[in-house]
Amino acid sequence: MLQLVLNGLAVGCIYGLVALGFVLIYKATELVNFAQGDLLMLGAFTCYMFVVWYGFGYWVALALAIAVVALFGAALDAVVLRRVIGQPQFAVVMLTIGLGAIFRSFASITWGSEIYTLPTPFSARATRLAGVTVSHEYVSIIVGTLVLCGVLYAFFTYSTVGVAMQATSQNQLAAYCMGIPVKLMFSLIWAISAGVAAIAGVLLAPVSLVDINLGFIGLKAFAAAVLGGFGSIPGALVGGVTIGLIELFAGAYLPHGVKDVAAYVVLLLVLAVRPQGMFGTVGRKKV
Amino acid sequence: MRFVFKTSYLQDLGLFRDGIQRNWYVVLLIGLLILPRLVPEYLVDVSLVFIYGLCGLSLMVLAGYTGLVSLGHAAFLGIGAYAHVYFTQDAGLPWMVALILATILTAGVGVLVGLPALRMTGLYLTIATLAFAVIIQEVFTRWDAVTGGLKGKAVNKPLIFGVSFAGDVPFYFLCLAFLVIGLWLTANLLRAPTGRAWVAIRDSEIAAQSMGVSLPMYKTMAFAYSAALMGAAGALFAHKIGFLAPDIFSVLLSIQFLLMVVVGGLGSLHGAVFGAIFVAMLPVAISQARDALPALVGQIAGSTASLLVDRFVKQPGLEPGIFGLILVLFILFEPLGIYGRWTKIKLYFSLFPLYKQATFRRQKTYMRSERLR
Amino acid sequence: MTLLAAENLAINFGGIRAVDGVSFAVEAGQVFTIIGPNGAGKTTIFNLMSRIYDPSQGRLLFEGEDITGIAPHQIARRGIARTFQNIELFEHATVLHNLLLGRHVHRKSRFVEELLFLPHVRALELAHREAAEKVIDFLDLMPYRDSFVVNLPYGVRKVVELGRALCTEPKLLLLDEPSSGLSVEETEGMAFWIEDIRTLLGITVLMVEHDMSLVSAVSDRVLALNYGRAIALGTAREVQDHPEVVKAYLGG
Repeated sequence: MLQLVLNGLAVGCIYGLVALGFVLIYKATELVNFAQGDLLMLGAFTCYMFVVWYGFGYWVALALAIAVVALFGAALDAVVLRRVIGQPQFAVVMLTIGLGAIFRSFASITWGSEIYTLPTPFSARATRLAGVTVSHEYVSIIVGTLVLCGVLYAFFTYSTVGVAMQATSQNQLAAYCMGIPVKLMFSLIWAISAGVAAIAGVLLAPVSLVDINLGFIGLKAFAAAVLGGFGSIPGALVGGVTIGLIELFAGAYLPHGVKDVAAYVVLLLVLAVRPQGMFGTVGRKKV
Repeated sequence: MRFVFKTSYLQDLGLFRDGIQRNWYVVLLIGLLILPRLVPEYLVDVSLVFIYGLCGLSLMVLAGYTGLVSLGHAAFLGIGAYAHVYFTQDAGLPWMVALILATILTAGVGVLVGLPALRMTGLYLTIATLAFAVIIQEVFTRWDAVTGGLKGKAVNKPLIFGVSFAGDVPFYFLCLAFLVIGLWLTANLLRAPTGRAWVAIRDSEIAAQSMGVSLPMYKTMAFAYSAALMGAAGALFAHKIGFLAPDIFSVLLSIQFLLMVVVGGLGSLHGAVFGAIFVAMLPVAISQARDALPALVGQIAGSTASLLVDRFVKQPGLEPGIFGLILVLFILFEPLGIYGRWTKIKLYFSLFPLYKQATFRRQKTYMRSERLR
Repeated sequence: MTLLAAENLAINFGGIRAVDGVSFAVEAGQVFTIIGPNGAGKTTIFNLMSRIYDPSQGRLLFEGEDITGIAPHQIARRGIARTFQNIELFEHATVLHNLLLGRHVHRKSRFVEELLFLPHVRALELAHREAAEKVIDFLDLMPYRDSFVVNLPYGVRKVVELGRALCTEPKLLLLDEPSSGLSVEETEGMAFWIEDIRTLLGITVLMVEHDMSLVSAVSDRVLALNYGRAIALGTAREVQDHPEVVKAYLGG
């Protein structure tokens, strides 16, 4: 039983991390990044490449993967996304969907379309704790998520950069006037978000193996972000864990097949009953 | 530059701007009628273009004219397809009756999907439709009795009023007829109060309300009409592909439909048709290019380059990447789509040499409060 | 006879009481103006009337009927039309299209009839067009009839917004700062139009305004607000000289 709960929590943490990436970008730039899941996939593949093709150690490869994907995210913002600021939201959604498709194609061409295993210090190891077998993979996901959240929280609360990011999210023109390098802020937030996705990808790799369709987890992470409230960072994590646990119990106690759609049913319920989720706020046009 | 001289209100009310435009469309129609004589081997592909045109029309009404972006329209296509097949084959109803029932059923589901949507704005609606589509796809997989589940379901050729439409040519005309009727009905709605109300909802919900437009009623109508068109398209689609399986009606197909309306040009009927031509012809074009490109490169750059290119283009998984790339390029550089580019080209020639580059440049909104609706 | 009556209207936004116990009555055929410094709650009252917001307290009566709880789209059907402070036109449509939307409350065709565009619908559409053309004549919008709103200057957009409201053939017209952003000449033109609307078209006008010359020129009665409360009610002259109003605007 504990093993199952741990599994659910771990998967929920991954949803939470991807949702966190969504919310970070949304809060800062008002864009919804439908390619977040595919960035996760790229992170997993990059780490795999460094470990298996170039023979680096796990931790070095992790650091490199984060750096590479974060830089890629920043470059993406500078080159592509900056041009669509000011266009209707629908256009941006389509743009990120298109980008996601390109990433999948790129991964398929560079690394191949099979399923690969990433060797990690946590794979296939377990300890007995209080009479229960606890798998290291799941624990690594949960611990990793907590550490990452701690770091991000400290960054946003105690650093000037975090406050500056909030300013740019409210009103870009005013932020320019206040001397905030808005474009740099955007690229930075994309870098952070992409880095978070990469970490999530690497953490997820031991559990669900590395293949190009890893990115579809992003769709379920949407449910997590909406459940938590689209503008709320802690909400994204709480939402993710909640969805993970709901899926777990749906799989255990409800008929076959419900587990796959449980996240979406939750999403619809939340949108129908309380669109702002658990911690979000409702925005309204002032006339 | 041609000047359109208007002498009566009826001219503004009509479907065509003037007699000249109407004549061009008549020529187009005649061309389509004799097409089977000219290119009999491509008729099946052109029929698919017509079916996609109907799908594009459906999504154009919802996303292009009413501003409700749906990422799950493939689900409606599936409902229409499965329902039609069930009614004709399992229930043994006449073709027309089955079609009408399938259309009504799909419209009903459209209303159901639209109901929670009444309370949601923009992005949340898009995500909600995505969720619906995944759930409906799961229903297709699980409801064995009606849909045949993962095993799939074979589809017979259409038999309407005792006449078999099994051949390529009759089916082509059937699809063409459906598309023309769909376009006519939609154009009628768009020049009537309903269409205006839809456009009002897209541009400013608050103003629309203050002018007496009931948001719940018109949004529901938009969903129902859009779903009905999709349902009819689904019936034809089922006959075209001959074998139904749940994984056909996936999120990826929905994204292709959205690509269709964006690339075609949001907010115009022409856009739906241009987009359909584009999306239906693209896989054909890609596979032709795959065969031709290495040879071409070989002639220019030598055999090693040719081999490299050959290896590159023969990769599986390249196609979604190309779709994605085209989508990205269109949004970055031609947000008005193919129809937008067509309009710009026509304007260039009609204003020559006075055309200004910035004619179509639009003000962007930088403040969040301006983008909320 | 009283066309519109507000009884003790109040609304809270979180801790802020934007409108606090405001009562007034608008007689048919009048031009009634609400003035006050920025943030006094004038546009909020309009939004309460358009049912964009729900009041925390109080009632609204139109032609004797309680409209406090009706749906937003019912307001136009009752005969109340409004313009918006920051123009809410349909940007990607032509001026004519915008005006025709103003005719929506007079829609008499059914969905299925429109789908097939029966001759009956065609006749109705022509009638709508005639009505819209009358408004275009009234407001001198002829040169802009087929222009897209997004291409028009601000002053013209304000007039189009007024036109759209007039197309609904309202009994009561709510004008939210009709002269903001207009030059002196355009404001004078607006004053004449408001006069004509009252006299020729017989429409009652309730407006929010800052420009005191416009207020003095056209208003029959003026209500002054400050911090959500009514501080003076009377003719333009009376209100302008009222000590509370002077204090609100000039301080002290």
